[in-house]
Amino acid sequence: MEGNRKIILSAKDVEVKFRVRDNYLTAIRGVSLDLYEGETFAIVGESGSGKSVFTKTFTGMLESNGMISNGSVMFHGTDLTKLKKDKEWEGIRGAQISTIFQDPMTSLNPIRTIGSQITEVIEKHQHVSKSEAKEQAIELMERVGIQNAANRFDEYPFQYSGGMRQRIVIAIALSCHPEILICDEPTTALDVTIQAQIISLIRDLQKELKFTTVYITHDLGVVANVADRVGVMYGGQIIEYGTVEEVFFDPRHPYTWALLSSLPQLGVKGEELYYITGTPPSLYNKIKGDAFAPRNEHALKIDFVEEPPFFQVSDTHFAKTWLLDPRAPKLEKPEVIQNLHEKIKKMTDKGGAFHVEEH
Amino acid sequence: MSKNTNDREVILSIKHVDISFDVGHKKKFVAVKDANFDIYKGETFALVGESGSGKTTLGRAILRINPCSAGEIEFEGKRISGKISREEDRNVVRNIQMIFQDPAASLNERATIEYCVSEGLYNFHLYKDEEERIAKVDKALQDVGLLPEHKSRYPHEFSGGQRQRVGIARAMIMDPKFIVADEPISALDVSIRAQVLNLMNKLKAEKNLTYLFIAHDLSVVRFIADRIAVIHLGEIVEIADSETLFKYPLHPYTISLLSAVPMPDPIVERTRRAIVYDPSKLDQSGEKRELKEIRPGHFVFATTKEYAEYEKKLEEIEREQENQD
Repeated sequence: MEGNRKIILSAKDVEVKFRVRDNYLTAIRGVSLDLYEGETFAIVGESGSGKSVFTKTFTGMLESNGMISNGSVMFHGTDLTKLKKDKEWEGIRGAQISTIFQDPMTSLNPIRTIGSQITEVIEKHQHVSKSEAKEQAIELMERVGIQNAANRFDEYPFQYSGGMRQRIVIAIALSCHPEILICDEPTTALDVTIQAQIISLIRDLQKELKFTTVYITHDLGVVANVADRVGVMYGGQIIEYGTVEEVFFDPRHPYTWALLSSLPQLGVKGEELYYITGTPPSLYNKIKGDAFAPRNEHALKIDFVEEPPFFQVSDTHFAKTWLLDPRAPKLEKPEVIQNLHEKIKKMTDKGGAFHVEEH
Repeated sequence: MSKNTNDREVILSIKHVDISFDVGHKKKFVAVKDANFDIYKGETFALVGESGSGKTTLGRAILRINPCSAGEIEFEGKRISGKISREEDRNVVRNIQMIFQDPAASLNERATIEYCVSEGLYNFHLYKDEEERIAKVDKALQDVGLLPEHKSRYPHEFSGGQRQRVGIARAMIMDPKFIVADEPISALDVSIRAQVLNLMNKLKAEKNLTYLFIAHDLSVVRFIADRIAVIHLGEIVEIADSETLFKYPLHPYTISLLSAVPMPDPIVERTRRAIVYDPSKLDQSGEKRELKEIRPGHFVFATTKEYAEYEKKLEEIEREQENQD
C-alpha cells in the first residue's frame, strides 16, 4: 500500500534542543516520519514525550529557546528546517500547513469579532475583497456547523460555547485550503459529547477537502476513532508505528502495551487498574539504551546498555524494541490487552456496559 | 442518624437544593435546580455531567463555599447549609475535604510540601507539638506513596501525578469522613490517572471514606463509582447504581454521554456513532418533570408520559437480558 502512495511530507532524523538556563534539553531525539497524502496520522504519547514539539518543526513554531539541531523536514522540495525568517514561512505556515490548538479560547482573540478573525486570514492569504472574504467566511462557518452563521458573524468569542469556538478555529485553519492540518489535542479541553462532534466534523471535512491530518493526542480512544496510522512517542522518539489495527491489535513495544493496558475502559471494578510505575526520563541527560527500560517490567539487560533499532513487523509496522530481536526471549503482551477486539466488542454489543441504542 | 429502607447509613443528604447566582440587575441564574439525593457512608458517589451542568457548584455547596438558595444539606443528620454556629462550621471543614482538578493550581507554589500538607493542621491546631505534626505529615505522605524526604521540596519539583498525591495528602491529613473530589484526574496523563484512581480506592478502603466524585467522563466513573448521578443543565436526570446505569440507561442524555465514550478499538469505532442529545424530542406538554423511582434505587427525571415510555423500554431490555441469560 505504501509504495503507490504519494509522500507529502518527509521528516528525517529530526533532533530538537531547547536551551534552558545553561543547560540543553533534547526534546526530540532523531525522529523520522513520512506522511502520505490524504491520510490521518495520529501521534500518541504522554505529556513531555515531544509530540507537540515534533510537529511544531513543520510550521516553524518552536519557542524562541528551541532549535532544530539535526535532520530535515522536506515539503514540496523545501527543507523546512532551513527556513528562518517569518517572511520565508509565509505561504507555508497557515496556508499549506495549518494547526488547530488545544484551547480555542487562547487561539482566538477575545476582543475581536469572530467574523473579523476569519476574514483576516482569507484576505491576507487569498488577496480578495472585503465583501468576498465575508461571503467565504460565512460559508465556512456554515460548513463547520455554526447555525445562523450570518447573524453570528459579528459576535465575540465569549458569546460562543467551547465547542463552537473550536469549530471557528477549525474554520480559520481551513480557510486557506491547507494540504496538511495539524490537530494538537483539539478536543482535550472539551466535553466528551462535544469531543465526539468535533472529531466527526474534522473527519467529514477531510473527506470533502482531501487534506492530510496529523492528530496529536494522549487519548487512545480518540486515536482508534480518527487514525489510519499511529505513531507512539516516548522520551522524544517514535518507538512504534503502524496502521491503527496493527498498533491496537498487535502492539509490540512494551510502552505501547502499557499505554493500552492503563485505559480505564478496560478496568475491572474491584481490581486495581494497570498503571505505569516511575516517571518519564529527564531529557537533560543523555539517555542510554531504551528510554522506557527503567519503567519496563519486561526490560532486558541490553535495554539498559544499547538503544534498540527499529525492527520490522510487517510492511507497515515497525517497533523500536529489543524484544523483536531473534535472540530475545518470547514475551506475550499483557493479558488485559489480549483479544482486545473481542473484549471491546463484548462491551459495545447488546448487554455490554458501553452498548447504546437510541430509543 | 437517618437510615433508609435498605438499611444503609446515610452520611450526606442533599434535600431539594437550588443554587443560584446573581447576574446583574436582579437577574438570577439557577445553576442547580432541585437536587435531591442521599449519599451512603462508605460509597463512591459520582456526579457526571458536562461543563456548565452545575456539578462543581453542587460540590462546592457541600463545602459551604456556595450558599443554597433553597433546600438544605445535611451531614450525619445535621444541617450544614445556611447559618450554622462557628463550631459546626469548623466541624464541616474538618470532616469534609476537597481534592481539586489541577494540582498545579491548587498548591501554593511558594510553600514547601511540608507547609502545604500541614496547613490544615495549623488552622485547627491538630497537634500537640512539632514532633507530632511532623509525624502526621510523614504518615500522610507515606499513605499517598510519597517519601518523608519530599517534605522540604516545592510543588514545581514534582510531576503532575506526584502533585496530585500531595493534594490528596493535604486532604487526608485532616482525617476527614467525606471527600469531594472535583475531576481529580482530568488534568493528568492516562498512565498517571490509573495510579491516582488506585490510590483513591486504596485510601477509601483503609480509612472508610465516602467520596463524591465529580467527573465528565463515564469511562472513568464506571471503574470507580458505586452509584452515579447524571446532571444536565442543573438538573439531575438519572441516578442508579453503577452497573444498572450502564446496563439500563434510560434518559436520552445519559445515553448520549455513554455513546460519546471513545473505545480503544478501531474496528468498533468505525461503526460506533455518537448520539446527540436533543431535548426537543422530549415530552413538550409543559408538565413539570420529577425524579421518579422506576426500579428500586434507579431514578429518572421524567413527566408522566416519558415515565411510561421509559418503563416500556426498560421492560423490553429486561426481557432481552432474560432471554440472553
